Amino acid sequence: MLSVTDLTVSAGPRTSPIGIVRGVSLGVDQGEILCLVGESGCGKSMTSLALMGLLPPGARVSGGSVELDGHDITHLAPHRRVRAGRGKLAMVFQEPMTSLNPVTRIGWQIEEAVRVHDPDANPTDRARELLEMVRIPDAANQLSAYPHELSGGMRQRVMIAIALACRPRVLIADEPTTALDVTIQRQVLGIIRELCDDLDMGVIFITHDLGVVAQIADRVAVMYAGRLVETGAVAPLFRAPLHPYTERLMACLPDPAARSKGFATIPGSAPRPGEIPDGCAFAPRCPRAQDVCRGGEVPVVRPEGGRRALCHFPLAEGETA
Amino acid sequence: MGRYVIGRIGAAAATLFAASIVIFSFIHLIPGDPVSVMLGDAATPEQVAALRERMGLDEPIWVQYLVWAGNALQGDLGRSIFFETPVTQVIADGAETSILLALITMIWIVLFGIPVGILAAIRQGTWIDQGLSGLAMLLASVPTFWVGLYLILIFAAGLGWFPSSGYPSIFEGGGLANLQYLLLPSIALAAPNAALILRLTRASMLDVSREDFVRTARAKGIRPSRVVLRHILRNALLAVVSAFGFTFAALISEAVVTETVFALPGIGRTVVQSILRRDYPVIQGVILVTVCLYLVINLLVDLSYRLLDPRVEL
Ligand SMILES: Nc1ncnc2c1ncn2[C@@H]1O[C@H](COP(=O)(O)OP(=O)(O)O)[C@@H](O)[C@H]1O
Ligand SMILES: [Mg+2]
Repeated sequence: MLSVTDLTVSAGPRTSPIGIVRGVSLGVDQGEILCLVGESGCGKSMTSLALMGLLPPGARVSGGSVELDGHDITHLAPHRRVRAGRGKLAMVFQEPMTSLNPVTRIGWQIEEAVRVHDPDANPTDRARELLEMVRIPDAANQLSAYPHELSGGMRQRVMIAIALACRPRVLIADEPTTALDVTIQRQVLGIIRELCDDLDMGVIFITHDLGVVAQIADRVAVMYAGRLVETGAVAPLFRAPLHPYTERLMACLPDPAARSKGFATIPGSAPRPGEIPDGCAFAPRCPRAQDVCRGGEVPVVRPEGGRRALCHFPLAEGETA
Repeated sequence: MGRYVIGRIGAAAATLFAASIVIFSFIHLIPGDPVSVMLGDAATPEQVAALRERMGLDEPIWVQYLVWAGNALQGDLGRSIFFETPVTQVIADGAETSILLALITMIWIVLFGIPVGILAAIRQGTWIDQGLSGLAMLLASVPTFWVGLYLILIFAAGLGWFPSSGYPSIFEGGGLANLQYLLLPSIALAAPNAALILRLTRASMLDVSREDFVRTARAKGIRPSRVVLRHILRNALLAVVSAFGFTFAALISEAVVTETVFALPGIGRTVVQSILRRDYPVIQGVILVTVCLYLVINLLVDLSYRLLDPRVEL
C-alpha cells in the first residue's frame, strides 16, 4: 500500500549536502503497525516528515520515492496531494502540548480537516464521531474546548482525531506517547492499535522505546544514522536479532522478560549527520567490528521470513554482540 | 471577566490620581510666582491679584488640589487665560481635527502595516521582503516632521495635489472633501508607526510559522493561504494588538509635531501655542484629558487581547 524506495533526505548546500536519511526502503500494509525504532537523532522524524511532504526549510528529499497505492507522492505538499486525490497519509506529532492551535476550539480544528477530506459530511457530526472514536468522554461538549483546557493525553487523542479526519490509508505517529506518563501512554497505544484494526489502516509508529515496540508492533524497522539496519516481524526480531545494534538496544531494556542484563547502555554515541563514517556506521561502537566493516559496501543479509539486516557479521540465534 | 475588568479600572483610576497630582503640581514648580509668569511683565498689580484670587492661590495647597480635582471630575478644567473661555471649550475646538487625524492615521497603520508585514513574512528572504524591510527601517528611523516636510514639498508645493496646511471643519461647508486636508498629515504621522507595526507583524508571523501547530495545519492538507491567515496570522496578531497601546502613545506625541508642521487647528497645536502663551490651565487640561484617553485605550487594548487569546483568564 505505502511503499518507500531508497528515500534520501539531505540538508545543507546542494554542492556538499549532508545526508540525514540515507536510502530508506520500507512498506506498510493495511492493518499493520510498523515500528520505526532508533536512538534520538537517527533520522526517524525526518523520514516521517519526508513521507508527509512536510520537511522543514533547509531539508529536502534528494532521492528515492514514496508511493501510495501506486501513485508517486514524493514531491507533493499535503494540500497538493488532497487536490490530486492522494491525501491519504496523516500524521500525529510528538508534542501534544504545542501541536494544536492555542487560540481556536478543538472542534474547529477537527472540522477544518473534515471539510477538506470529507466535503459531503456534516463537519460537526463528523468531528464528534471522531472524538468518540478516540474515546474522548463527553465528545459533544469537548468540541468547544480550547487545547489548554485539556490534558496531554486528551490533546494527543485530539491529534489522532484530526489525523483520522483525513481518512488516512496510513497513519504516521511520531513518538506520540513519549511526552505522556505510563498509564496514559498505554491508553493511547491501545487506541492506536484498535483504530489500526478497525479501520484497516497501516500505521508507522515511531519510537525510541523498545518496550513500546513490544506492546504494539507487527513489524519493526531499526534505524541507525539515517539507515535501516534491520527489519523484520516483531517476534523473530526480538527472539533472534541479526544486527549487533538491535541486540545492544534490546540489552538496554530494563524489562527482565526481554533478555536484560541490567541497565546497560551502548557505549559511545551515534554519529551526527555529516560525521557518519564510511562502511558500517555502527562499526565504531560495535564489539564485533573488524577492518572490513570500516569501509566499502555493507552486505545485506536476508534469512527466511522476510527479514533483512545490513551487517558483515550478523548474530546467530542466542548469540550476544 | 468582571473581576479582571474591575481590577484594571481600579489600576487606571490609581494611575489617573497619581498623574493628576503631577499635573496639578507642575504649575507650582514654575520658578517664581506663577501668576506673574502667566501674565507676563506688563501685568498690573490689580490683574495679578485678580488672577491669584480666581485661581485660589492663597489657599493651602491641598485645598487647591481638592478644588481643582473636584472641578475636573465635574468637567470643569478651569478657564484659559489667553482665550478667556473654559478650557473644555478650547479642547473641544481642537478635538475634531485631532480625533479625525488620529483615526485616519490608525487606518493607514492597520491597512499598511499589517498586510505588508504579512507579505514580507510570506516572501521571507526574497527581494520583496528585503525591499519592504529596508523601507520599514527607513520610515521608522526618519522623524515625523521630516516626512511631513517632504510630503508638503512634493505633493502640495510641487505637484499641487493636496493642500499643504490648515483644516476647515467638515461640518462647516466643504463636507467630507475637507478630509483631503488630513491626507498628507496622516500619512506623515502614520509612516513611522506603520513601519513599526510592519516589522512587528513580519517578525511575529515568522515566529509563529515555526510553531508545531502550523505543521499540524499543513498536514491536514488545507490550502497554504488558509494556513497563513487562519493559523499563523491569527496567532501573530496577538503580539501586534498588544503593541497598539504603545502606538497610541507615540501618536499623541508625534501628533503635536505633525499638527504644527501642517498648521492643523488640533489639540496638539493648541498645546504648543499654549506653552508659548504660558496658558497653564489649557496645558494642564490637555495633559489630563490625554492621560485619561491613554488609560482608556490601553484598557481596551488589554481587553481585546484577552478576547483574542483564550488562554488568558479574564
Ligand atoms: N531543519 C533541519 N535541517 C538540517 N538538519 C536537521 C534539521 N532538523 C533536524 N536535523 C538533523 O537531522 C537529524 C535527524 O533528526 P530527527 O529525524 O529529528 O531524529 P529523530 O527523530 O530520530 O530523533 C538530526 O541529527 C538533526 O540534527
Ligand atoms: Mg524525532
